[in-house]
Amino acid sequence: MRSFLLLLGMGGLAHGGADAYLDWEMRDYAIEQPLGGLKGDAARGRAIARDRSRGNCLACHRMPIPEEEFHGTLGPSLHGIGSRLTEGQIRLRIVDQKQLNPMTIMPGFYRNPRYFNRVADEYEGRTILTPQEVEDLVAYLVTLKGGKE
Amino acid sequence: MKALSCLLLLCSFPLLAETGFQPVSGSEYLSPQMREMQEDDFANPGMETVDYGRELFHRVDEEGHRCAECHGEEGRGLNLARIASYPIYDPEQERPITLQDQVNICREERMDNFPLVYDCKELVGLETYLKYLARGQVIAVQTDGPMKPFYEEGKRLYHQRFGQMEMACFLCHDQHRGAWLRGQRLNQGQSNGFPVYRLSTSRITSLHRRFSECLASFRAEPFLPGSDEYINLEVYVNARGNGLKIETPAIRD
Ligand code: HEC
Ligand code: HEC
Repeated sequence: MRSFLLLLGMGGLAHGGADAYLDWEMRDYAIEQPLGGLKGDAARGRAIARDRSRGNCLACHRMPIPEEEFHGTLGPSLHGIGSRLTEGQIRLRIVDQKQLNPMTIMPGFYRNPRYFNRVADEYEGRTILTPQEVEDLVAYLVTLKGGKE
Repeated sequence: MKALSCLLLLCSFPLLAETGFQPVSGSEYLSPQMREMQEDDFANPGMETVDYGRELFHRVDEEGHRCAECHGEEGRGLNLARIASYPIYDPEQERPITLQDQVNICREERMDNFPLVYDCKELVGLETYLKYLARGQVIAVQTDGPMKPFYEEGKRLYHQRFGQMEMACFLCHDQHRGAWLRGQRLNQGQSNGFPVYRLSTSRITSLHRRFSECLASFRAEPFLPGSDEYINLEVYVNARGNGLKIETPAIRD
């Protein structure tokens, strides 16, 4: 599988309301290039991870965000994730975890909406997060160094 | 009666066979205080709906009929084991009918009255009362014979991904059961306590409404109460709980 190149994302969308879907490239189970060449901000990323209407990562993961109670246990702890995975590997896992595990429960936060089935009207043709929000999360997660909690 | 015993013989225990785990009621996941509240008829807020259903059951309708006319005062003539085996295959309609469908069939055929809208206040009230009478009865939904295609379709829906978050019922209620989704413990999504009273919304919640709430939570377009999709899902979800006891009205967050 090494050096195997997969091109995903089909560009523009049939449904209005959302921005055109940006292509990305997976290589060795990582996305090396930031989406749209955008630069992330770690502080914003932390806020998005907490926000129930955006990342809501705490629904499933434990993270070093002590001011929030009740971190979920569906997924692995993200304490120290920046020491275990590279930036590109983290980006792929946020964008589309199903590339790694088709059976996963983790939503693809920047997955191509054309795959979605029976989406509620208001979300039709939209990704869960914008490219900027994904980059903010990546910028935050790479700062989580050290061991698992 | 003969038909019923055949039905009981035919019904299987699909959850154990398919997933290797025993059905566990959602009540097992409650805090001790909430369980106490559920089991105490004076504290259980769902009893208000039971009382409303009881009143409808005994009330004379516009055409001069009452349910109790055929089924006895306090439903003493009802076959309670049968109530625990809905949805039941109806040879006339060639599809499974739910308890709410059956109430409507009685209204039309025996009470000369209009059917009520699926999941309306009255039908949910009557359903809650009837299931309350059948509390403790063991769930026994038929999954083979003419029920098989509907059961299989419900199972397919249970495993299909929906919505922007591409979730499927089995992911939360089979694969990750017992895990914490933020502050909520994922239970098996069993239906034996329905209709349930939800403390977070202060309202009685039918099974089809609960399906819609789960679908909306992962940004999928819900189906309609009483739709073929929800009835097939009800067949599968109820049958997953074969062997559990009816606990209506259960209390949930
Ligand atoms: C509904 C549950 C759910 C949500 C919400 C969720 N995840 Fe996950 N996540 C998982 C699961 C389960 C895994 C384990 C891998 C798998 O299932 O394939 C995982 C794996 C990961 C991994 C890889 C961890 C490792 O140790 O290899 C990262 C990184 C990650 N998630 C980040 C995020 C971020 C960031 C968010 C929010 C934007 C998020 N997740 C939201 C369930 C979730
Ligand atoms: C992302 C997770 C998730 C998914 C996917 C999901 N549910 Fe749920 N479900 C929940 C949570 C959380 C509860 C509330 C737990 C409780 O009742 O205490 C719940 C409760 C239920 C209940 C009530 C159980 C009880 O004991 O009161 C039923 C029935 C149910 N779900 C069915 C479904 C069906 C059918 C689907 C698919 C259409 C589905 N769920 C998809 C999270 C989910």
